[in-house]
Amino acid sequence: MRALPYLLASTCLLLAGCGSGETPDSETEADAGTEAVDINRNPFPSTYTPYPSQTTLIKDATVLDGIGGEILGGDVLLVDGAVAEVAEEIAAPDGATIINADGKWVTPGIIDNHSHLGVYPSPSVSAHGDGNEISGAVTAEVWAEHGIWPQDPGFPRALAGGVTSMQILPGSANLFGGRGVTLKNVPARTMQGMKFPDAPYTLKMACGENPKRVYGYGGGRFPGGAPYSRMGNVAGYRMAWAKAVEYKRKWDKYAEDGGDPPTRDLELDTLMGVLNGEILVHMHCYRADEMALIMDMSEEFGYKVASFHHAVESYKIADKLAEYGTCSAMWADWWGFKMEAYDGVRENIPMVHNAGACAIVHSDSDIGIQRLNQEAAKALSDGRRAGIDISKADAWQWLSANPAKSLGIFDQTGSLEAGKAADVVIWSGDPFSVYSQAEQVFIDGALMYERGSDALTPVMDFELGQPGEGDLK
Amino acid sequence: MIRTLLLSTAAALSLVASAAAQNVALVNAKVWTGTDAGTLENATIYISNGNVEGIGVNFAPPSGTQLIDVGGNWVTPGIIAPFSRVGTVEVGAEDSTNDTSASRSPFSVALRAVDGFNPAATPVDVTRIEGVTRIAVAPANGGSLIAGQGFIADTSGAADSVTDARAFVYVDLGEGGAGLAGGSRPAAWSFLRGAFADARGYPARFMTHNDGDALTRADAQAFGPAVRGQQLILVSAHRASDLRLVMDLKMENPNLNLAIVGADEGWMVADELAATGISVIVDPFSNLPASFAQLGATSRNAERLIEAGVPTAFAHLGNSGHQSRLVFQSAGNAVANGVSFDDAMAAMTTVPAAIFDLQGLGTIERGNVADLVVWDGDPLEVTSAPTSIFIDGIAQSLESRQTKLRDRYLDLDESEKPLAYKR
Repeated sequence: MRALPYLLASTCLLLAGCGSGETPDSETEADAGTEAVDINRNPFPSTYTPYPSQTTLIKDATVLDGIGGEILGGDVLLVDGAVAEVAEEIAAPDGATIINADGKWVTPGIIDNHSHLGVYPSPSVSAHGDGNEISGAVTAEVWAEHGIWPQDPGFPRALAGGVTSMQILPGSANLFGGRGVTLKNVPARTMQGMKFPDAPYTLKMACGENPKRVYGYGGGRFPGGAPYSRMGNVAGYRMAWAKAVEYKRKWDKYAEDGGDPPTRDLELDTLMGVLNGEILVHMHCYRADEMALIMDMSEEFGYKVASFHHAVESYKIADKLAEYGTCSAMWADWWGFKMEAYDGVRENIPMVHNAGACAIVHSDSDIGIQRLNQEAAKALSDGRRAGIDISKADAWQWLSANPAKSLGIFDQTGSLEAGKAADVVIWSGDPFSVYSQAEQVFIDGALMYERGSDALTPVMDFELGQPGEGDLK
Repeated sequence: MIRTLLLSTAAALSLVASAAAQNVALVNAKVWTGTDAGTLENATIYISNGNVEGIGVNFAPPSGTQLIDVGGNWVTPGIIAPFSRVGTVEVGAEDSTNDTSASRSPFSVALRAVDGFNPAATPVDVTRIEGVTRIAVAPANGGSLIAGQGFIADTSGAADSVTDARAFVYVDLGEGGAGLAGGSRPAAWSFLRGAFADARGYPARFMTHNDGDALTRADAQAFGPAVRGQQLILVSAHRASDLRLVMDLKMENPNLNLAIVGADEGWMVADELAATGISVIVDPFSNLPASFAQLGATSRNAERLIEAGVPTAFAHLGNSGHQSRLVFQSAGNAVANGVSFDDAMAAMTTVPAAIFDLQGLGTIERGNVADLVVWDGDPLEVTSAPTSIFIDGIAQSLESRQTKLRDRYLDLDESEKPLAYKR
């Protein structure tokens, strides 16, 4: 992707630009004869830095590397916050902390690419409903990170479930719900303190029943407004994309020719970011036929859907999803709560995987996020009973590597490969068993959670002095 | 073994069509009995006329009995989901298919959830094939904190599948009930006391059309058995102080038959609950301060309640119209958080049977109803599934609309005909 002059001021945020060594075309600016106007693409930068860690050697575990590899009785070495080595036998470096993990399992940390922690926190009182900017059908200008309450007690419980990173999304009321943000699951006083450094922004979009219900039928009026139908949904997306194309054309022209900079439009900034390949589209879409329409529409406007979410009917078009090259983020077995979820089957995830498409286990739930490994286990076993034989090592891709890819952070985390962040979980046993639990959770090599240890169990402000006081035990 | 099971299931399925249950015996079974006999290995279960007519390691069924070798696998009592809305809603968000609540009805106690029960609803099959054979179905609160009367049904889908049409009255005495009563807990309790007085005074105090303090004539009449202790009152509440009020109600009215659903802060009053003899139905997943009534929610709630001696049943309370089947996962998680395997099994069988007074259900013993599930693994493991299910001694289909959709789309080849022709 071409780096555009107006992109140059901010710190590296781009998927394509990061680490590429590509430099902006400063000559163009010089030709313009004036200082180019920049759009600061990172005005709320991450302040997260890894916590202190020790050189740690995890010994004799069943290791799933997250990209299909499994080592029985393997070792994992964590050095300076990164995975240094994964092998059958690793000699302990001087001063290393050695963890005997005989009988335990080690995996990459779980990444949930669909969470509303922080924007719909516990307790779910009216003052906490910061996840949907329902005021308009197109609100690409709002950012989930501006609604995140970092004191959500859901964060430490997700941590206890082995979740090391997650995408926080706006809700699905709107056609364009706004930007999502990827967080490290490390407690912090501010959202910025949790923000995953260098992760690209995402854009939440929504198909189907929600937008037409909220707007078309909203407020008891008839008609409430647009969209009122699935036709209106698609028209709404296309009108917005058409505006974004025009907006991008103005900025591209400005970058080439200079002159008066275009008027900023926060909504179109986000959409232009998608068209420029910097912002990844995550789209709530249940029905197969709607996903097929969205794939065509994305090609009409020249972007790609990074992942369909909920995707209850992905199994019906798994071949088409594979051909297009997108992910489906799915539940193991949710169904029936609305018409577009009526055709849910328990084999959706393995059927998508089996077709060669990217399958992800997601939660969309402050309860479900605590046991995504169990959701994967259900899907795996149901698939096997239907004749789809997938190994546990391959299935772990649904929990780490594939969500990381959908979020544009797979170069940094999502598998146990040398050089990647040491986001690692030690499980008490086979994580595809209901009886196993995350015992130790490392994020960037720092031990951030240990089951049974008060000192290593975070308690949010809200819970202090309340009954139980964050009683995770 | 797999081949045997397939044949067995096919053989068993042939019984579905027959009008009456036939005599079969499950042999080579690992049986969780739910009785003092504990778990039996290599046991035989003899099913005759819909009942278990023999069980034991050395039990020999009458000669000529059809034998089904379950290959050493687990056999458990059919699971009882103790708080569900299965069969009263097809699609949650579609009001026309949703009979769980009625916010514009003038009635409360008189509402009978069973009138909305459709044994042919797709969630019934979906629930059954995961091993749930009986469901306690509660009405949802619409216009009143007293939602109405719940029922017990089996999950066979048969026309006569209701076990107890008026099993309990369901009352919300938490935040929801407070809201429905006018906006506060005092309003809720005031309403409830008025309702008790109306029911006890019925019909004498209803000399004119509006004489009741809280209830209509029909509601006061319907509430009669419950206020006299002849019908279970199932109360939804979480906060410890709310649970104490429920216990106070029981102390003041010792004849009442009360149980509590929810009880996220139950562990904080576990000893008092045990002393009062009140049973609870909890959701072992519930560990978040989801509301100010649930600040003490913890994964250890079930363990602590059971430890204190409170009869504790498990339910999956989320999306109760479609996902009651997840009670197994809830129970497995409870075990991961300190509950014993046997207590977790009891929480889905014997304890709900006791709460709802379901005679002959919840255990596998001679003379009891033959609701049985044969498993392909540990019944509490998320990776396990039933291979055979019996309700009233009749082998059940393991198909649902979901399995048919799956089978249609397992192979996406449309080169000969569209997939719509495949079934």
